[in-house]
Amino acid sequence: MNALAARRRHPAAIALLLMVALLVTGGLYAALAPEPAAAAAVTADQVSEGQALFRANCASCHGLNAEGNAPDPGQEEEGAYGPTLVGAGAASVHFQMETGRMPMAAPRPQAPRVNQVEFSDEQIEAIAAYVASLGPGPARPDEEWLDWEGQGDAGRGGTLYRSNCAMCHSSAAAGGALTRGKYAPTLEDVEPVHIYEAMLTGPQNMPVFNDANLSPEDKRDVIAYVKQMHATGNPGGLSLGNLGPSSEALFIWVFGLGIMIGTAVWVGQKGA
Amino acid sequence: MADANHPSDYDADAYEREVGTAVSLDTGDHVGDGGLPERFENPGLPAHQPRMADLDDGAAKRAERQVATLFGISVVGTLGFLVAYFAVPTDARMFFPGLGDVSTSNFLLGVTLALSLLGIGAGAIHWAKTLMPDVEEIELRHPMRSAPEDREKFGDIVLGGGETAQLTRRPLLKYSMGGALGLFAIPLLVQLVGSLGPFDQPFRRLATTFWDGHEVDGDGNPIFVRPRLMRDPQNTPVRPEEVPIGSVFHIQPEGLLDLESHILEEKAKASVVLMRLNPSDFVSEKARDWGYEGIVAYSKICTHVGCPVGLYEQHTHHLLCPCHQSTFDVTDDCKVIFGPAKRALPQLKITVDDEGYLVADQPFQEPVGPSFWERERL
Repeated sequence: MNALAARRRHPAAIALLLMVALLVTGGLYAALAPEPAAAAAVTADQVSEGQALFRANCASCHGLNAEGNAPDPGQEEEGAYGPTLVGAGAASVHFQMETGRMPMAAPRPQAPRVNQVEFSDEQIEAIAAYVASLGPGPARPDEEWLDWEGQGDAGRGGTLYRSNCAMCHSSAAAGGALTRGKYAPTLEDVEPVHIYEAMLTGPQNMPVFNDANLSPEDKRDVIAYVKQMHATGNPGGLSLGNLGPSSEALFIWVFGLGIMIGTAVWVGQKGA
Repeated sequence: MADANHPSDYDADAYEREVGTAVSLDTGDHVGDGGLPERFENPGLPAHQPRMADLDDGAAKRAERQVATLFGISVVGTLGFLVAYFAVPTDARMFFPGLGDVSTSNFLLGVTLALSLLGIGAGAIHWAKTLMPDVEEIELRHPMRSAPEDREKFGDIVLGGGETAQLTRRPLLKYSMGGALGLFAIPLLVQLVGSLGPFDQPFRRLATTFWDGHEVDGDGNPIFVRPRLMRDPQNTPVRPEEVPIGSVFHIQPEGLLDLESHILEEKAKASVVLMRLNPSDFVSEKARDWGYEGIVAYSKICTHVGCPVGLYEQHTHHLLCPCHQSTFDVTDDCKVIFGPAKRALPQLKITVDDEGYLVADQPFQEPVGPSFWERERL
């Protein structure tokens, strides 16, 4: 110890100290930094299998090498074209294919959710691996960020939801209409991982909510809010789709006015 | 002429002599002779038809029981309401066909209260239709004007009262009371008039937003401080590299939450949407120049009636207002392309500060939100 103390003013001491500090910082970073999930167990076989599947099922719109088909100017609303998938990432492929939105049956303004998914998990995994190999893009979220039951804060999520999501998906998360045949779908019965991936990747015309806009904790809180809201149910029973004034007005015009007219006829009839 | 109040006086024979046979409307098709009477006589009210309960004592008894049953349903409903109120916990759920899962408490309270009210109403109407007298009666209207001696006496009382209260002898009382009553109207009028027109100018408050600055200089004008764009609701500043193409950020001005009061009023004017587009997508030079590397900020308050325009479609670059479907084209300086809005959304010119955060380069250059009469004068 004395020997060390005696040499602490040696010209090399500062350099040595810096080296040690750098090593400690680098080692700690390597140990603690979150690993990109895309790096997890992707094999070359998977990528080539994914490429084959992609060419068979996706290439007619997205191009043979996922380079995309540009629409004719002014024809964005119609026609068979797909954006480039370079940089789309695995999360995007998982969301689009596991919810049945892709491949689309026909080009149209909205890619609807389809419950009957034609691809196995392995096939989707392979296509995701292929698309992820084309360029860096958002990867699937860690399980930690999907644990809304354990760690989500639904109250905070509600504040975030009302600022960022409610205008399109409605305050009841029942969805709503957009322009020219597009719509924001309902969030009821959507898997937490798909809600997360939709925020992360911005499918179709939904804006992107990257981690700088809504951090992973924010996304988990939003999921907790949506899930808890739907778990609470509707104390009033018949929700009429939670669509607001259109369905409610139709209901009251038909049934409310019908009952009132019937009563008025009965009151006005002469007694027998 | 036959008296309308006494249909039995109606002279059917005389009518027949003049215009031919009178026919009842429910006896099928009759061919007329095309002749018109000299004048149409008032046929009077149809003959009174007695009801079952008027003629048959059994029917009357039956009607009595029906009315009593309806009132009884109301009693059961009221008692059921009390039971449901105290016995059913508010978080209980039940399934009801056609309604799905409902709150048991809500459902039972609603149904029992409906029965208790409907029972009273239905019972009263059924009573009136079966048992209460249904003979048509006519009461003639009496003249409104009082008798001359009553009118004269009333005048004497009023004038005599004034005399005995010394109103005529002591004019000071008269004028001071009149002044007090007259001035009493002023507070009511001041409230109405004072908040209108040139006294208050409420539209001036619409001309500035929190982006203009909260502190005021000696002349009362706000001091612009280039506030940062903060995420709503996290209230954290935004760096341009955090905004990818296709994303939308909901923005409030820096310092808004430090206000001690009127935060929501200020937020309702100062809310902003921030989007990033590919710079080559812009049609409007001004829209691109007022942004920062493709990031543009626009007022979130619809120029139609002030709803938050938050629906951004990242591929079509349309901003849609959820209230009346006004649609704004972000590539063309948020020009209105559909719906009832009449003006483009005001753009907030943005840049970055020394620390690399997005800031407003100048306040809004026009009043945000819906149009109003004095807008052109600002």
